[in-house]
Amino acid sequence: MSVVMMENKMTVQLNQEKEQSAGTAIEEKDVVFNTKELNLWYSETHALKNINLSINEKEVTAIIGPSGCGKSTYIKTLNRMVELVPGVRTTGEITYKGKNILDRSFRVEDLRTQVGMVFQKPNPFPKSIYENIVYGPKIHGIRNKKILDEIVEQSLKGAYIWDEVKDRLHENAYGLSGGQQQRLCIARCLAVQPDVILMDEPTSALDPKSTLKIEELIQQLKKDYSIIIVTHNMQQAARISDKTAFFLNGEVIEFGDTNTIFTNPSDSRTEDYISGRFG
Amino acid sequence: MLSKLDQQQYTKRMNNRIRKNSVLQSVFFLSALFGLFVLAILIIRVVTQGFGWIDMDFLTGRLSTDPERAGIMGAILGTLWVMIVVIPVTMIVGVGTAIYLELYAKKGKFQASIQTNISNLAGVPSIVYGLLGLTVFVRLMDLGNVVLAGGLTLSLLVLPILIVAAQEAIRAVPSHLAEASYGMGATKWQTIQRVILPAALPSILTGSILSLSRAIGETAPLTVLGIPALLIPFPNGFFDTFTALPMQIYYWTLDSSLVAEYANLAAATIIVLLVLLFVLNSVAIFIRNKFQHRY
Ligand SMILES: Nc1ncnc2c1ncn2[C@@H]1O[C@H](COP(=O)(O)OP(=O)(O)OP(=O)(O)O)[C@@H](O)[C@H]1O
Ligand SMILES: [Mg+2]
Repeated sequence: MSVVMMENKMTVQLNQEKEQSAGTAIEEKDVVFNTKELNLWYSETHALKNINLSINEKEVTAIIGPSGCGKSTYIKTLNRMVELVPGVRTTGEITYKGKNILDRSFRVEDLRTQVGMVFQKPNPFPKSIYENIVYGPKIHGIRNKKILDEIVEQSLKGAYIWDEVKDRLHENAYGLSGGQQQRLCIARCLAVQPDVILMDEPTSALDPKSTLKIEELIQQLKKDYSIIIVTHNMQQAARISDKTAFFLNGEVIEFGDTNTIFTNPSDSRTEDYISGRFG
Repeated sequence: MLSKLDQQQYTKRMNNRIRKNSVLQSVFFLSALFGLFVLAILIIRVVTQGFGWIDMDFLTGRLSTDPERAGIMGAILGTLWVMIVVIPVTMIVGVGTAIYLELYAKKGKFQASIQTNISNLAGVPSIVYGLLGLTVFVRLMDLGNVVLAGGLTLSLLVLPILIVAAQEAIRAVPSHLAEASYGMGATKWQTIQRVILPAALPSILTGSILSLSRAIGETAPLTVLGIPALLIPFPNGFFDTFTALPMQIYYWTLDSSLVAEYANLAAATIIVLLVLLFVLNSVAIFIRNKFQHRY
């Protein structure tokens, strides 16, 4: 077993100990997203091949795999953001709480209200911190100033950035550091009160300290939200996720408990990848 | 030192390269100077000829065949009235077309053919627009050569320029901003209204001011419409006959062989037109700086 894998094992064990000391009982969770036979093409590129995945509620699901294997494509399919690319075709089915979201009758606006997204590069609007947070509530029709103020405070507290910005709510969001901007984007996402949060490499543009903060934040958010996170960082996946899916060339090679994937993978390609032999 | 070159060769080539660089630098500098030089001559000529003729009576007076009593209030009002038509028509139709083409239209043959046509229209000589205006607005719609007909004609003339400018402005808005909005469940229109348009606004305004400046200065299409420079009452509405500043300049220049002072009046009117353009551009720059965001 490689050094990396031993490290992984240690982090996983640490996680387990933490969970046990917190007294979390293992129980059957509800399924939030069930993907069946999903295929996706960008014009000619067959980017997702026969994906079958069932993602649980109130868990962190990590998606790992080498560059270009379809991780972003997959999570962008979960909120149908992928439709913004012209020439995309899909077959198969993704049910969200039992309803097929790929069905044209499922309105994307409804879907994206319930399934929020945090992007790889922090993308605040060129507006004040306050205006960034209330953007979501406002498009959904909330006008009352008092309610909006409350949402702003709650969301910023939820993303653990309230103390850092409470005195400068009306300053431009571009004045924040990269890590703060990313937490602001998470707060902005929370303001819509989604059920699921999709994160596409949310820490890849951040320094280690900000990364740690976001990881801690994800652990907190897990209590109330289902989180699906794409990451290139094996340690991160091992540290924060409950389930891990390993993608390769548009296919899911292995999916299961993070413990198992990182300590005892059943496919040799998974082992090669997490021990750093390719990717 | 590059081993394949001996010292002599190296020095020679290096000298050559450096000389070439300085020669070209001077060529570019002279080109830049040329534009400045022409502008300076133009301004000096116009100012020496016309500045002495500008006073309150000239700005507020009515037209007259007597150079000493002639005023250009009618032409100023005419130009302003025409702008009142051109600004909303071009902004609404121009920005609307740009939004449709950039954000709603499916990429395909239809969209491509509209796009090509707009680019072609931007290159059509302005006199052709005059003919179009004469046929459609003056004759077919039987408006006569009134403010509305002139304004619509000039709107058509500058629309392609504005559309292309607005399209570029919209395209320059970073896609990650729109994605952030869509990601929260916003509709396309909400995203356009709250994210894309505000971010594109500064560039759209710059484009629209440039095209307005063009409309203000155009003479050819107005001559085709038969816009006079005569003793007509001040225009007061969309259906009044009018004259405009460039028409005034045109006729006074034409007749300066008969009355020498008309050349001075034309120069004075050019100064007024230039000041108007300058003010418009300053307003545009002011608005742009005020709304400009970093992203
Ligand atoms: N907009 C697009 N148009 C065409 N092909 C695309 C597009 N986006 C992605 N692809 C292709 O689809 C495949 C999967 O890309 P995707 O972005 O999902 O990979 P990824 O796993 O997220 O990679 P990375 O780790 O580098 O972010 C790649 O082969 C890529 O070239
Ligand atoms: Mg990606």
